[in-house]
Amino acid sequence: MRKIKTFALLSLTYLFIWSCGGGGEGSKSDPNRKSTTGTSEETTEAKEVPKAGNPKGIGEIKEVKLTDPLDENMIASGKAIYEMKCSACHKLTDQKVVGPGWAGVTNRRRPEWIMNMITNVDVMLDKDPQAQKLLEECLTRMPNQGVSTGDARNVLEYMRKNDLEQTNSKDQAVKG
Amino acid sequence: MKKRSYIQYLSVPFAVLATLASCQNKDVKTVVEGNVTDQVYVAPGEYDEFYAFLSGGFSGQITAYGLPSGRLLKEIPVFSVYPENGYGYSEETKAMFNTSYGVIPWDDSHHIELSQTDGEFDGRWLFVNGNNTPRIARIDLTTFETVEILEIPDVAGLHCAPFVTENSEYLVSGTRFSLPIPQKDVPISSYKENFTGLINYVSVDAKTGEMDLAFQISMPGFNYDLARNGKGKSHGWSFLTTYNSEQAHTLLEVNASQKDKDLMAIINWKKAEEYLKQGKFTERTTSYFHNLIDEKTGIAASQEMKTTRIIDPKECPGMVYFIPVPKSPHGCDVDPSGEYIVGNGKLSADMSIYSFDKLMAAIESNDFAGDIDGIPVINYESGLHGILTKPGLGPLHTEFDGKGFAYTTFFISSEVVKWNVEKLEVVDRQSTFYSPGHLVIPGGETKKPFGKYLVAMNKITKDRYLPTGPELAHSAQLFDISGDKMKLLLDFPTKGEPHYAQAIPASKIQPNCKKFYKIEENKHPYVAKGEGQAKVERKGNEVHVYMTAIRSHLAPDNIEGVKVGDKVYFHVTNLEQDWDVPHGFAMQGAATAEILIMPGQTRTLLWEPGSVGIYAYYCTDFCSALHQEMSGYMRVSAQDSNVPLRWSLGENIEDKVEIPES
Repeated sequence: MRKIKTFALLSLTYLFIWSCGGGGEGSKSDPNRKSTTGTSEETTEAKEVPKAGNPKGIGEIKEVKLTDPLDENMIASGKAIYEMKCSACHKLTDQKVVGPGWAGVTNRRRPEWIMNMITNVDVMLDKDPQAQKLLEECLTRMPNQGVSTGDARNVLEYMRKNDLEQTNSKDQAVKG
Repeated sequence: MKKRSYIQYLSVPFAVLATLASCQNKDVKTVVEGNVTDQVYVAPGEYDEFYAFLSGGFSGQITAYGLPSGRLLKEIPVFSVYPENGYGYSEETKAMFNTSYGVIPWDDSHHIELSQTDGEFDGRWLFVNGNNTPRIARIDLTTFETVEILEIPDVAGLHCAPFVTENSEYLVSGTRFSLPIPQKDVPISSYKENFTGLINYVSVDAKTGEMDLAFQISMPGFNYDLARNGKGKSHGWSFLTTYNSEQAHTLLEVNASQKDKDLMAIINWKKAEEYLKQGKFTERTTSYFHNLIDEKTGIAASQEMKTTRIIDPKECPGMVYFIPVPKSPHGCDVDPSGEYIVGNGKLSADMSIYSFDKLMAAIESNDFAGDIDGIPVINYESGLHGILTKPGLGPLHTEFDGKGFAYTTFFISSEVVKWNVEKLEVVDRQSTFYSPGHLVIPGGETKKPFGKYLVAMNKITKDRYLPTGPELAHSAQLFDISGDKMKLLLDFPTKGEPHYAQAIPASKIQPNCKKFYKIEENKHPYVAKGEGQAKVERKGNEVHVYMTAIRSHLAPDNIEGVKVGDKVYFHVTNLEQDWDVPHGFAMQGAATAEILIMPGQTRTLLWEPGSVGIYAYYCTDFCSALHQEMSGYMRVSAQDSNVPLRWSLGENIEDKVEIPES
């Protein structure tokens, strides 16, 4: 009996790793609906990444210059994107729904990481240790919502404004 | 040759021949030589080289297969309702089935035609005819969705359709069954006096693909069977086979097979355009429907068209000719150079191959044997390139490989025969299992065929697959035609009865394939662009639910205040912006089907609750680890109840504000 349980647990664990593994290059869709060969290799590869990963994440966004005061136009566009594409899963408070609440996100994550997570979500979920940790908590892969780099920057501005309102501080991750 | 001995049966009716043929013993396990698996095996993660689009025959649909693997990639609903994605059931797509006969949720789809530019496939659109309720559909190959259906008025059995010209200027079609025009109550035996055939030219907008019935040509009351348009030098001309030149109206299998030869119609459509410009047409009142999906909203709208323009060949000399063609013809195929036109007679031992140059010379010199209803009949011998003598039994269709060879299916002798078009010599033959109808070579009807594969589509399939009761799937058989001899590679089952197919290199479609609809561009009147716009509205007894779907919930997921007798419209917007993440929506007890909503799209399901209670709704397309949780409840109260209209997601519904009726 015990053996069976262990086996079942192992299988579950394997399934979990597998479903988090993803398809690697060329596979941009949800591995929940797609299996690819070579997944185990990638899982091994992922394990070799340093635990904390790159604080800027993985993707095309290498350097974001933050300006003050906040840009009202960017905030307005960012808010519209949030309402259309993000609000179904992310609340503006710290309440976790499907995804984590946004309150304080710019204090926890660098702007580059946030924008890479938005624009390069599949690779981030497959390779970035912080993103993978979030997936383990939320158990739903963040969808690729087709947000352009420019729109991701607008969303970031809206997050900064939200952080000021929710936590009285913003951009703390850059200072850390 | 055993097959030759059957030729003596040629004078007996076709049906008997077909029966004899199907009784022939075929060696089930023949044919596969060498390691053909290497040629058809497409490893996981690799792609096929060609898309093949097969018509679904009596299923009314189209199927897309990969070649050479024979893997089914998609079934595209066209003329028949389709519960898998709600096509024909959703409020957006219901109008696609409007016709002058009412809502017709089924048809018999026959001939696939890909759009062409300069005589080559351009990979933009796919056209197919509805044989039963005469109509032509257009499928957009960026989305693989049917976006337009145009009815053709005053014809019956639109078999001879929708053959495309070399720049997709027109889709040509002819009536299979002639009819009284306008329809009237007359004795059927007055066929010869009262029945007329129409040949129809539907124009295709070069930018949008939108179809329009440009004109119809009134013809003698024959049966128009198949057509091809000229290419290269013969561009501007159409060739159509006809049968029943006897104009019989009963027991056609005997009475329409009396004459030794039938007729091929030859139409100069550029001339017809000139006559049209000169106003030499009759505008006739009739009724037919044009159904078109708006690209921005995804909603189909129907327009009833009330006039058609008919051109009479008697008043328009130089526009239409006939030439005799072997008995009971079927296929009518033009070679890549545009010079040779193959006319097949199902009940003739020989095939007639016409020369475009000779036809033109005969027309030039008035080399006519007489006329039928004022339409000159070209002397048979004058238009002939030559005769392919006794190539097999029951020739049906011909495709070309671009290397000077033609390939013809023989229905009765169950084979594909390869022959040299110029020299009129048979060079190879391969058995098929059994009774092939159409065949396709990728690009085989264009100026530049990709002469690598040939697919024969068989009418009968016994013993090719595991038995499935009295009915078996029809069969397609893939041949390698890259060498001197054809080589059988693969059998694969098909949907319905495939009547023709076209195949195109994947590279012409794959890069343009749409992955999702941009939600920013969604102009559906009931779209909810974001969960904040999810809401419920009551208008009299109509309840409109603006619902959103994203991994892994529907918003709202609790709805109250709906009453028995209401019409509840679920307008579901899929908020995803990712490839291959549709969400489904199914409502308990809904009298139609589910709907499948593509990423960024809005689709509407009408549900009419019949009794009080709690009803569950849910997502049908597995979307994430929490797919099972993607569901909701609808409370239905009695008609006179005062339960307020409220909805919620993640909150107690009692905490929500009551919504007054608007």
